[in-house]
Amino acid sequence: MTSRLLLALPFFTVVVLIVLGLAVMLSKRNVVKILMGLSLMESAVNLFLVATGYRHDSVAPIYTNVPAGPMALPTVQALTLTSIVIGVATSAMLLSFAMVIYRKYGTTDIQKIKKLKG
Amino acid sequence: MDTFVMRHLPALLIAVPLLAAFLMPIVGGAGRVVRNAWVVLGALATSAVGLALAWKVLAAGTVLYVFGAAAPHVPLPMDSGGIPIRIIFQVDALSALMVVIASLSSLGITIYSLAAESRQSGLETFYAMLFLLVAGVLGMVSTGDLFNFFVFLEISSLAGAALVAYRVDNGVAVEAGLKYALLSTLGALAVLTAIGILIGQYNALNLATLASRMQFTTLDKIALVLLAVPLAMKCGAVPMHFWTPDAYATAPSSVTAFLVVSSQASLYGLFRILFSLYGDLVHFSWATFGWFLIVLGVLSMFVGVTMAIPQKDVKRLMAYHAVSQTGYMLLGVGVGLAVLGNADALAQYGKTAMAGGLFHIINHAMYKGLLFLTAGAVFYRTGTRNLNKLGGLGHDMPWTMVFFMIGALAIAGVPPFNGFASKLLIYESVFRFSPFLSIVAMIVSILTLASFVKVFHSMFLGPRRAEFAAVREVPVPMLAGMALLAVFVVAAGLAPQPFVDRLIQPAVEALVDRAGYIAAILGGN
Amino acid sequence: MKMTKIVRTTADLFFPFCLVFGLYVVVHGHLTPGGGFQGGAVMATGTALLLVARAYDDVTGRIRKGAMKVCEAAGLLIFLCAGFSGLFAGRPFMANWIARDGALFRTAIAHGPNAGDLNTAGLLPLLNFGVGIEVLGGLTVILLYMLSGIKEEKKK
Repeated sequence: MTSRLLLALPFFTVVVLIVLGLAVMLSKRNVVKILMGLSLMESAVNLFLVATGYRHDSVAPIYTNVPAGPMALPTVQALTLTSIVIGVATSAMLLSFAMVIYRKYGTTDIQKIKKLKG
Repeated sequence: MDTFVMRHLPALLIAVPLLAAFLMPIVGGAGRVVRNAWVVLGALATSAVGLALAWKVLAAGTVLYVFGAAAPHVPLPMDSGGIPIRIIFQVDALSALMVVIASLSSLGITIYSLAAESRQSGLETFYAMLFLLVAGVLGMVSTGDLFNFFVFLEISSLAGAALVAYRVDNGVAVEAGLKYALLSTLGALAVLTAIGILIGQYNALNLATLASRMQFTTLDKIALVLLAVPLAMKCGAVPMHFWTPDAYATAPSSVTAFLVVSSQASLYGLFRILFSLYGDLVHFSWATFGWFLIVLGVLSMFVGVTMAIPQKDVKRLMAYHAVSQTGYMLLGVGVGLAVLGNADALAQYGKTAMAGGLFHIINHAMYKGLLFLTAGAVFYRTGTRNLNKLGGLGHDMPWTMVFFMIGALAIAGVPPFNGFASKLLIYESVFRFSPFLSIVAMIVSILTLASFVKVFHSMFLGPRRAEFAAVREVPVPMLAGMALLAVFVVAAGLAPQPFVDRLIQPAVEALVDRAGYIAAILGGN
Repeated sequence: MKMTKIVRTTADLFFPFCLVFGLYVVVHGHLTPGGGFQGGAVMATGTALLLVARAYDDVTGRIRKGAMKVCEAAGLLIFLCAGFSGLFAGRPFMANWIARDGALFRTAIAHGPNAGDLNTAGLLPLLNFGVGIEVLGGLTVILLYMLSGIKEEKKK
């Protein structure tokens, strides 16, 4: 029973991180903090992807000097890596947008950045 | 025609725009003329490859391309035990339709942007991003692998957001880009979670393999919701359409015309997931999912057009109309999905409804692109998008006025333009499904016409205004780009039957035929 | 504000080790965990260390935007040309045609657990290298542009 709970621990962490990330995105007013919340959610989804690949008692999927036993799935790890790269590019672009908005509007408060209406 | 190029068309479809994008900073450093020449070369090459691929698919059936294998058309390697293990591009008739839309549209807008953006700086980055956006959209519609679809979705979202914010415009465009990027990223995270759920259950990423192993458990239902809602958001369906007016209004006009195509690529993704991945398994929820699309469609149509009427910014108004027209596509294909289990209803009006929806996709890309390009032409000469300040431009911009009239009559569904052809298919088939929906569609069409009569009057009719005395017609590249789209609008309106028979009907058949989609890769299992 | 001499000297000493470790991660991508993006990110961390320790004007003497942009473009071109080379060898795009009978990296990989041979896996080390220098160039360019943006703020 406890071992099943332990195996499900990564998935609990994913849910907690997603809820935290959403809470940050919805409640903070500074643009940079909202982007931090987005980054938290991205980490949560990456953790979910990697945790999906675990098989019982498996080792890392590398052939160099590997001990015997089943291997965890490598394809989900490739998916996670791609997602991390996309996350880096997205964060870089969004932070640059935040810098330009600060320079043009003079504020980072998301409730004051509302020139587009209707 | 088994030449080198024809054999490797799907790979060239992605590789050519990527090559154009990657070499742009280097080539662009050599001067304006060299850069423009490279841009035109890249656009022509991409469109040629796209149209050639579509022609090959419509003539010979689904085209498969396996990346990195021993031969491009063998999806099941000998030593894999019957599982397709590589990224496979599966271009069937529906993908061919979307590739045609993307190719024609990208050619038109790239030629247009040569003149329209010539006053901006940093154009190497602009064109690199534009080619990345084109590559992303082309990849989204041709791939047969779910994670590859996610990657291309993200590529096109990021490139699109960068292009929306390109004209900084005192920060307004950057604000729109920020909103667009935030919403796209959230949606993409949901899609990625759904992909994680599906690979955890079935250990496959290939759409055909997933479809053949799909059992529609509770987790699959969660994955369906997590896939369908973000894709509906990306195409601007109503409860989630708030990014559309901001992003479309502040982006450069050539980019807006292509963002319309990008939204339709997400619509393609939604249809592919609903029909080919889940398909017949949605037994008891047949009515539910079809009605989900129908409700989204009706809401989009109605909310889009009512919010468009009081707008003063012409591109914002057109963006709301884009939301409204997306409703027509959702309505048509939703009616098809709702009767998919019922064979004779499908044959009588379901397939016609779907044909109307799919024909509307290509028509909308063409006439909405044309309208955005004319709005951009007006902005290029007068410097404003505010309808209260414009007026009397018909005297000095006759060609722009003619193109605007063609686009406006097409969107309102007036014969002999292409909007009428697709809307007629939708009206008559949806009427047999539910008369009320058809009447709502017709009312929305009338309101669209009213809205565009108002815009036409404000922009082009009336006496010349003093501040626009120096306004002349726009340069030739912009006229050429608009003319390319206008020719399609008129041609598909005067003779829609060949388009429907050769382009749309095969797409409808491909969408409905889930077993055929699976068999193309797994070979009839 | 200026960083102390200890910080600046340590950063200067540490920077080449960062680059070497990053290249190690890139080159051994087909044997050990790592590969193109990870190694490139480690290398970019080295440049980020230099950027943090020194003022913008000091750093741009050594790490120029132009050189990093060339790195980025060269990495992307290596990647695409490796993909196209598969086409010219008669296989599909991005096929690993030099794995068994090409000039480099041609040793076949032994089955099962083994000690790992660097001279294997065909096209993959080339792709890793291309991605590695592309990521180094790309991330450094992002950092340099953001730093120059802050510099403009201070000037105003």
